[in-house]
Amino acid sequence: MAQPPPDPHFVLRGTGAAVHALHFSCGGGEPDIPVLFSGSENGFIHVWNLKTHRVDAALDGHGRKSVCGLKTMDGKERLLSQGRDQRICLWDLAEGRTSVTDSVFTENVGFCRCSLLKVAEGRWLMATAAKALEEVQVLELPSKTSVCTLKPEVGAKLGMPMCLKLWQGSCGSQPSLLAGYEDGSVLLWNLSTGKVLSQLICHQEPVMSLDFDSEKAKGISGSSEKVLSIWSLNEQQNLQVQKTHRLVNAGISDITIRPDKKILATAGWDHRIRIFGWKKLKPLAVLDYHTATVHSVSFSDHKSPSDRLLAAGAKDHRISIWSIYTQT
Amino acid sequence: MAAALESALQAAGAGPCPGAEAVGAVRAALAAAGDPAALGERERARLGAFLRNLAAGPEEPAGPWRSLFLESPPDLAFCALTDSLAAPRPGWRLPAVPEVLEQFLRQGRLAALICELCQQHSRPGSVERHDALLGRIVCLPDLVGNGLQGRSPAAFFPQRYFPVLGGAVLQVLHNVSASLRGGLDCSVSFISHILGKVCVHGRQKEILSVLVPHLTDLTKSDCIWQRICWRLVECVPDRWMEAVVLGFVQRAPGADVLSRLLGNLVVKNKKAQFVVTQKMLLLQYGYTTAVLQNLLGYLALDGLRRALLIKVLQELLETWSSSSAVKHSPLEQQQYISKAILICLSHLKEPEIESCRQELLTSMMEGVKCHLDSSLPQIRRLGMIVAESISSKINTDGPVLTFQYEEDDEARELKSLLVQAAPLGVLPGLPDNENENADAALPPVLESNRKSTTATTHVMPDEESDAELDSDDDLIPYDMSEDKELKKTKAPVYIRDCIEVLTGSEDLDKWEEAVKALESLVRKNPVAAREVSVELAKILLHLEEKTCLEGFAELRQKAQVAVLTTDPIPVAQYLTSQFYSLNYSLRQRMDILDVLVLAARELSCPKGHGKTKHSGAQNPCIQFLPESGSSKDWRRIVDERIKSKTRRFAKGQSQVEQPSGPNEFNSLAGHFFFPLIQNFDRPLSTFDLLGEDHFVLGRLVHTLAVLMYLAVNTMAVTAMGKALLEFVWALRFHTDSYVRQGLLSCVSSILLSVPAERLLQDVTEELLETRSWLEDVVEKDPDGDCRRLALQNLLLMENLKKKLETAPS
Repeated sequence: MAQPPPDPHFVLRGTGAAVHALHFSCGGGEPDIPVLFSGSENGFIHVWNLKTHRVDAALDGHGRKSVCGLKTMDGKERLLSQGRDQRICLWDLAEGRTSVTDSVFTENVGFCRCSLLKVAEGRWLMATAAKALEEVQVLELPSKTSVCTLKPEVGAKLGMPMCLKLWQGSCGSQPSLLAGYEDGSVLLWNLSTGKVLSQLICHQEPVMSLDFDSEKAKGISGSSEKVLSIWSLNEQQNLQVQKTHRLVNAGISDITIRPDKKILATAGWDHRIRIFGWKKLKPLAVLDYHTATVHSVSFSDHKSPSDRLLAAGAKDHRISIWSIYTQT
Repeated sequence: MAAALESALQAAGAGPCPGAEAVGAVRAALAAAGDPAALGERERARLGAFLRNLAAGPEEPAGPWRSLFLESPPDLAFCALTDSLAAPRPGWRLPAVPEVLEQFLRQGRLAALICELCQQHSRPGSVERHDALLGRIVCLPDLVGNGLQGRSPAAFFPQRYFPVLGGAVLQVLHNVSASLRGGLDCSVSFISHILGKVCVHGRQKEILSVLVPHLTDLTKSDCIWQRICWRLVECVPDRWMEAVVLGFVQRAPGADVLSRLLGNLVVKNKKAQFVVTQKMLLLQYGYTTAVLQNLLGYLALDGLRRALLIKVLQELLETWSSSSAVKHSPLEQQQYISKAILICLSHLKEPEIESCRQELLTSMMEGVKCHLDSSLPQIRRLGMIVAESISSKINTDGPVLTFQYEEDDEARELKSLLVQAAPLGVLPGLPDNENENADAALPPVLESNRKSTTATTHVMPDEESDAELDSDDDLIPYDMSEDKELKKTKAPVYIRDCIEVLTGSEDLDKWEEAVKALESLVRKNPVAAREVSVELAKILLHLEEKTCLEGFAELRQKAQVAVLTTDPIPVAQYLTSQFYSLNYSLRQRMDILDVLVLAARELSCPKGHGKTKHSGAQNPCIQFLPESGSSKDWRRIVDERIKSKTRRFAKGQSQVEQPSGPNEFNSLAGHFFFPLIQNFDRPLSTFDLLGEDHFVLGRLVHTLAVLMYLAVNTMAVTAMGKALLEFVWALRFHTDSYVRQGLLSCVSSILLSVPAERLLQDVTEELLETRSWLEDVVEKDPDGDCRRLALQNLLLMENLKKKLETAPS
């Protein structure tokens, strides 16, 4: 008889609204306090102190519109937040400051979270859905210069981009973008030419979330159906479906592969978090704590593997923190 | 030379017992004469007489007489030996002659004999000789068996002899082939006669198991052998043709082989044509699918024969679409004909289909109609499968018929006939367009499958790429058994809530939960359920499937049964009255019947529901009655004590006491039964039991049979039996076999349920009438199940009679 699934390590309460975005920042050394950023539907960003499990600060920068994406740029001092007020804000949180230093007006009304990639010291690329329905825009930060705009061919009928993932292979190769679209297809874009390298129809419904492992050249996507799709990128830069996995209940809102590429977590519409082994997609655990749709899952970037945490934010206003498979 | 032989024969004299020297002299002279075939008529006659004398003599001849028989002309020797077998006096001949005959066979003299007879076909007076020898060759096992009074040696058992004969025939055919190649004319008609006679004697298996494999090899690339073969079958006399053709069709390994062996026999020979196109397809139905494939494949392999193939298909379709055939012919035959149709279709090419598309369409429409009308599910399904196949053949681009039916082995086998046969038809000698035919033969389903696999790569197998060799084994999974479908709403807790949801609610999730919960609610709260029982029955009867709920029909049925068993009389009254009222679908009427049967079964079950209800094991409710539990314990403890202190002196298993209780069905049987039987002959505008709705009638009859059976040991059973016998009598000549089966089940139930004394006192007349009807059914009914049921009934009656005779009156 297998062990019963574990209970949450601890639970963070008090966001006052459904939680849509989570981001850990725990990479600092000993004096640094590990924190978790959470963005909720009422527009607040909470900074949780993971030692005390209390809110250190609540940031209000999106005009009470839902916060849908959170990223940090080099440590917890610079935070990037994306809200449904069509703005992406850059926060300066050093030394107790809580001010917006810069912002980008995306003019996009969708739900698509932006993707951030550090390409060099002090240089980032950010991909966001653009104003035109089907387009994706890639900007360089912090200069905010546009790198390219990715337009699908006329008549491709992909619908809106739903999820984005910027990635870069090892040894300084060109960064690429994976984008999941409303019609269920995943496209691989070449950022320097602005052309599609490969298209894969892996779902019948909109792709809600995807994550990609650039070492193994393998990615996973989830949609509003009952299926997870695992695909790989071959030498010829073609995407191929490798395997599909059937779920018990339909709907996946977020997928994250742990930074050590051992396991992955999915956030389900069925209130459950599912853990899989990444190599074979072996189902490992079903974490049933939340009482409403889970919107976001995120793994911490702790230096020591045994401290690594998993956070899940749900519509029931709670953030559950789990400590699972830390020994491997 | 011949003169020497003659003088030796003369010297030997015509006496009954020639001496050893004479035998030796004749043998030497025969050897000196050289080719025995070159002997003159006179020498032959003399030699024949000499041999006969030798074999028929009262004592065993001296000298090397056995060798003489093997060396002299085979026809003379064979005649002499077989003659002596028929002679009445047993003596030395008994062991010796069969021994010589066995050597005769072993040394290949049989082939020499046949060869000789083949060559003499043109001689005057040979016809009678041929016939006589033919009889003896073919009937040798019988002759030996008769002569030796059944103690014949193993070599003359038919299983051994006919393969030897086959080998001899093959050898002769080799000679024929050699002489044809040498430019000589040759006749095979005697061999054909042998083949025909052997086959008509029912020894196809033995002889053809030797001939067919060899001929298959020989005819592969040799046109002379092919011609010999064709000639061989063509020369078979008409009276034996059927047996030969049957043998070849059954034993040929494939249609192409059959085509090589038979050539265009069916076109040339009327008899063969009749056998192949009519008898084997329409009159008989015992052959395997492989035989059918052989036969129809053979017809399809040649341009001349393809006309026959189309004709055959038309005739098959005519039978298939005839409503009388569907009604009256046995299921096996209908399966056989369906298979034949499917195989025919698989062989047809596009232009041929084009030419008879209209006819195909007409017969398909007619056939589908009468098959769907049938009340036997197998026949309905057969109709669906064949119609789907025809429609996919004739509408290559337009929409095709599709039915919903259970996809089991039989259905798959039938469908595979439509596809598989095509590659079988691809032969080296045929033009390439056969391949197109093979493509066209693929049903649309397969094509779409192929497309989907190429277009979306969803179903790619789990590939083991090199990078994936390491696995997730170091990660131990947690228990995931709780990972179930998420339910959106909670199940209702009260029956009245259920009613409200089922009647008015628009919330489909709630509705589903209510349907799922209803049965257990009714069972848990019988008192509350009784208050609304008829209302519930009404709601359930009219309940339509609103969502795609798995097992909806079963859930509803269970709930209906629960309601009926909780409050039997009013609900049974309601349901039986609704069975005969207007504005119900056939499905609802059959639901009523099913529910009545299930509830009656539950009520009549000896372990009364009332007992188990409070046991707590079934229903997770709080137990209010701890006393009952302790009293059970008390009983058990006492039982165990008695058991441990008692020694039993009985063999066999100790009898487990069946749980007993009052039969709840006793007072209710009449309420279930009589309202159903009353109105069957009053047609309504929407419901005519005796007319079109005979399927419901069949279900009704079966229901009555079950109710009758369950009413055993109840008070009303005699009255019920009497009413049911009258009902059976009124319907006994119904055309639908399903209804007849039900009627026969009714008779069985009556015989089993009604006490024998009551049967004899109250319904003697009816019983006798029924008996004569049953006898009639056993002999004449076309349906196998009906015949079997009737026979069982007769046996039951017989047993009843015996029981009454032995019992003191």
